[in-house]
Amino acid sequence: MPYDPGDVVEVMRAPRDSAPAGAYRAFAATLKGLRMTFGRLAEGPNTISYPEEKTPVYPRFRGRHKLHRFEDTGLEKCVGCSLCAAACPADCIRVVAAENTPDNRVSAGERYAAVYEINLSRCIFCGYCEIACPFDAITMGHDYEMADYNRSDLIFTKEMLLAEPLERTPLRMADE
Amino acid sequence: MHLLAEVGYFEPWWMQLAKALVIFFVVFNLVPLTLLADRKVLGRFQHRYGPNRVGPFGTLQAVADIGKLVFKAQFRPAGAQGWLFAAAPVISMMTAAATIAIIPFGDTVDIFGTKTGLYGVDPSIGILFAFAFGGIAFYGLMLGGWASASKYSFLGSMRAAAQLISYEVAQGLSLVGVIMMVGSLSLVDIVNWQADNFWMVGPQLVAFLIFLVAGFAETNRAPFDLPEADAELVGGYNTEYGGGRFAAFFAAEYLNMVVVSGLIVTLFFGGWHIPFVDPPTWVDPIVVIAKMCVVLFFFIWVRATLPRLRYDQLMSLGWKILLPLATLNAFVTAILVVVLD
Repeated sequence: MPYDPGDVVEVMRAPRDSAPAGAYRAFAATLKGLRMTFGRLAEGPNTISYPEEKTPVYPRFRGRHKLHRFEDTGLEKCVGCSLCAAACPADCIRVVAAENTPDNRVSAGERYAAVYEINLSRCIFCGYCEIACPFDAITMGHDYEMADYNRSDLIFTKEMLLAEPLERTPLRMADE
Repeated sequence: MHLLAEVGYFEPWWMQLAKALVIFFVVFNLVPLTLLADRKVLGRFQHRYGPNRVGPFGTLQAVADIGKLVFKAQFRPAGAQGWLFAAAPVISMMTAAATIAIIPFGDTVDIFGTKTGLYGVDPSIGILFAFAFGGIAFYGLMLGGWASASKYSFLGSMRAAAQLISYEVAQGLSLVGVIMMVGSLSLVDIVNWQADNFWMVGPQLVAFLIFLVAGFAETNRAPFDLPEADAELVGGYNTEYGGGRFAAFFAAEYLNMVVVSGLIVTLFFGGWHIPFVDPPTWVDPIVVIAKMCVVLFFFIWVRATLPRLRYDQLMSLGWKILLPLATLNAFVTAILVVVLD
């Protein structure tokens, strides 16, 4: 049913300026605007010149993953349990486990990850792998510059994830 | 021969040629500087740096832009009117450059033993020369839009035509007061009068404001950049242009800005005159250019501040406010000039 407003429609309007008042108001408003923009000019730029100057990240920032070793023994923390792969909603982690032997001891547990690959072109950086890991073997790092020319180069292997990232991202200070 | 305007040529031909080259060189170099200043200052107004990659602090950005445009392939739409399409940017550029000739950068000086005026020409019709070329300049935009055989170009050029005609009336009328007070059309006379008495911006404040607003409209600068309203018209009369021809349109626009700022300085801010100081003659052109830079900064400042007008607002401002105000100003000035004389 169409909207029927009735017989009389009363439209309330604000009183209009007379011509001189309108001109004065426009002039005053222009001057006010000019003062306002000049204030912005005096404040100076807020730009962070990105490639030279990086935005600091918060400690909880979820960047590129890192795999960890025990600092004292140098053994990998990852035991190849695949819980991270199970938790991953994007299904981008591939783990193939193998048994530790006395003469080839890679991790502290019974098994270790023979293959550990993260396909970063699929990863959504949700951090569920970090939560799922029972040994804190995988954590989210702070690097966010991961662009590359080939999709295949975005598949990060265990060696790449274990290595320290080449370019460190600045960490945000407490007062920033 | 029927003489339309008396032009005070008293220099030898080689001096005129040298003068023309020097003035053209200096003012033409102001164009990329204005272009760069526009982008950098506008950036500062918006809390950013503006271009800062090409050359130290991005100073070569304008040169790089112009170089890129010049080396691009020429493009012409299928339905374009051949030579008119090519002539339009030339007209725009020529009229903008021709108006520079009458801006005085200093009084008559002695160079190499010849008496030389630091200006291109000082015709007896003075400021009318500028309006005449302003009138021709509109052909550049109009033909450019029409010859492109494109709807948006044509809409843009129609807007430009309507806007330029509307504001030229108010702009011309606003100067009647100045001309009456001085009693001469010659820009050199106007500056000398201001040096003897006072700057025109005082008694002719209304005329100055009208001329300023109309100047924004004449140069198609924000908030009157309707002819090229990029959101509605894709770029207006220069939509179909690319490469060097677009660069010509673009440069003509900035050249017009320089010219209008030069006229404002000459007519209302005493040209090369500084109150209470009497510097040597060689400082005069520097003073004029410094004053022009201040006006150019104001142009950019306004661009950073005011949003674009609606078309009906533009027309009603031009015809209903500026034109009556300019007429009233001329009328009151006429009475005061007679009464006080």
